[in-house]
Amino acid sequence: MTTEHQLTAENLSLGYKDRTVIEGLELAVAPGRVTAIVGANACGKSTLLRSMSRLLSPRAGQVLLDGKEVHKLPAKELARTLGLLPQSPLAPEGITVSDLVGRGRHPHQGVFSRWSVADDTAVAAALEATHTVELADRAVDELSGGQRQRVWIAMALAQETDLLLLDEPTTFLDVQHQVEVLDLLTDLNRSRGTTVVMVLHDLNLAARYCDHLVAIAGGKVHAAGRPCEVLTEDTVRAVFGLDSKVIIDPTSGGPLMLPIGRHHMVA
Amino acid sequence: MSTVESVTPSGAAVVRRPRRVRLLWFLVCLGLIAVLIVASIAVGTRFVPVPTILDALGGADDTLDQAVIRVRIPRTVLALLAGAALAVSGAVFQGVTRNPLADPGILGINMGASLAVVVGLAYFGLSNPNSYIWAAIAGAAISAVFVYAIGSLGRGGPTPLKLALAGAATSAALVSFVTAVILPRNDIAENVQSWQIGGVGGATFERIWQVLPFLGAGLAVCLLSARSLNSLALGDDVAAGLGERVAIARGLASLGAVMLCGATTAICGPIGFVGLVVPHGCRLLVGPDHRWLLPFSALTGAGLLLAADVIGRIVARPGEIDVGIITAFVGAPFFIYIVRRQKVRAL
Ligand SMILES: Nc1ncnc2c1ncn2[C@@H]1O[C@H](COP(=O)(O)OP(=O)(O)O)[C@@H](O)[C@H]1O
Ligand SMILES: [Mg+2]
Repeated sequence: MTTEHQLTAENLSLGYKDRTVIEGLELAVAPGRVTAIVGANACGKSTLLRSMSRLLSPRAGQVLLDGKEVHKLPAKELARTLGLLPQSPLAPEGITVSDLVGRGRHPHQGVFSRWSVADDTAVAAALEATHTVELADRAVDELSGGQRQRVWIAMALAQETDLLLLDEPTTFLDVQHQVEVLDLLTDLNRSRGTTVVMVLHDLNLAARYCDHLVAIAGGKVHAAGRPCEVLTEDTVRAVFGLDSKVIIDPTSGGPLMLPIGRHHMVA
Repeated sequence: MSTVESVTPSGAAVVRRPRRVRLLWFLVCLGLIAVLIVASIAVGTRFVPVPTILDALGGADDTLDQAVIRVRIPRTVLALLAGAALAVSGAVFQGVTRNPLADPGILGINMGASLAVVVGLAYFGLSNPNSYIWAAIAGAAISAVFVYAIGSLGRGGPTPLKLALAGAATSAALVSFVTAVILPRNDIAENVQSWQIGGVGGATFERIWQVLPFLGAGLAVCLLSARSLNSLALGDDVAAGLGERVAIARGLASLGAVMLCGATTAICGPIGFVGLVVPHGCRLLVGPDHRWLLPFSALTGAGLLLAADVIGRIVARPGEIDVGIITAFVGAPFFIYIVRRQKVRAL
């Protein structure tokens, strides 16, 4: 079991050059739970995730990990507690799955230290957890999208962090692979207590798979809480500008959002 | 690294399976280099039989053949060092920029080093080789920063082709500056012109000693950057997420590469394409892990440049062709091949 870490954003403002994307955002990530972040395109979800893992310095406010500002923590120390899988990572041509997953061990290695037993164990466990052991020898370029995504998650797992941030881990995947990835992350959360924060596009999958749903709009947290509290017709209208009907999901008992467009109505 | 073979779980055993293949290639490269060294000492305007070479290496120097050998040994050593330095520098530039076309020649960095040396000779009366080397490294660093800045302008940042174009344009401009500096200066022209093509013909042990500390330091910095380059290869976001300080890691690795190609250019003149061809070839043999790629590139680059020098001495007998011309012959078609390949994509 992992120790529980508090990750919070206080009065956070983020932007690029002369554009402000996030302004005065407050967020407390639920320790040991799965949090999903949703919001319209370009509302700043990736930007928020990048600043939580130190890739982007805040204009104002701060991101705190256990009360310490992440931007002041030593880079490798932070990377041993908090891992990030960005939206579009690059796999070097010809790299094998095991080599790629092994690179997740970087924060645990010094300049002169050699590959250790702990490194081996972590890589093996990551391959096993993501069902990629049999792919270990293959080149990443020749895998299917779903396999490749599992391999990237394996790399993030090999980092052995208690907190894991994932930016759209299911985008570009078929529905069965989306479910597979989300099931995997749920397993991870339940078996190891890893705190998972993920940006998701599909509201219904987000509501199904998270304990805590955060909707972002206008550079702030518009609503946050249990999925049944957040995924409402009002929130969908405010965040996405879309009329919808929210019903009870007969398979999970949670909320299920049905969009209302201009066509295809039952009279 | 191999002490825990039996206790590691199934997944991890796979992690190091290619080791044996890599070691095999390592030995093959070493063998080829040994053969090339003998060839390099034996071959030239005057052919020296192998037993005489062995005698000379044992210290004898009473025959004419053995005198010839004494000239060819430093030349051989310099070819090995220059080849290794240029190949490692190319591999590091490719890693730092994630650009398959990066090479100190193509990026105009060698030419920046040349211009700095020529300007130093012409206007500042640089005379001791140590000051050439410093000038060359400074020139290399300035042109590297310049080309990177130009290549990063506009949309999409420093894409492979934009960087290569910026490098080619800068290189062309620098060549004409070099010519402009040399033309009115008959006193240095002859000296500079033969150097400007890029060759190892004038090697002496004295010069090799002078450049060795720079090459050693550059190589050490590059090798210590191998792990950082592995992280950078996954994209800046992943690298930062893995605890890499991206800008610092880039700067440090580039510094090592600039020292290698700058110091080499100071002694040999600009030699192109070794830094392009060798890392690509090595990636096919040992994969994209820089901890293997860099040492392998050093070895293969040493072999390639030595082979180029030997070939230059054979094809034009009784004269010689400078290695810079031979490497361009091999490298230019290879450059076109990489550009034309379906996916010129980030490494
Ligand atoms: N590197 C960058 N430089 C400048 N603007 C950026 C950069 N990254 C993102 N943006 C802008 O910031 C806004 C928020 O982007 P992002 O956080 O990626 O949105 P989301 O992930 O919610 O779709 C967008 O308008 C985008 O154009
Ligand atoms: Mg995004």
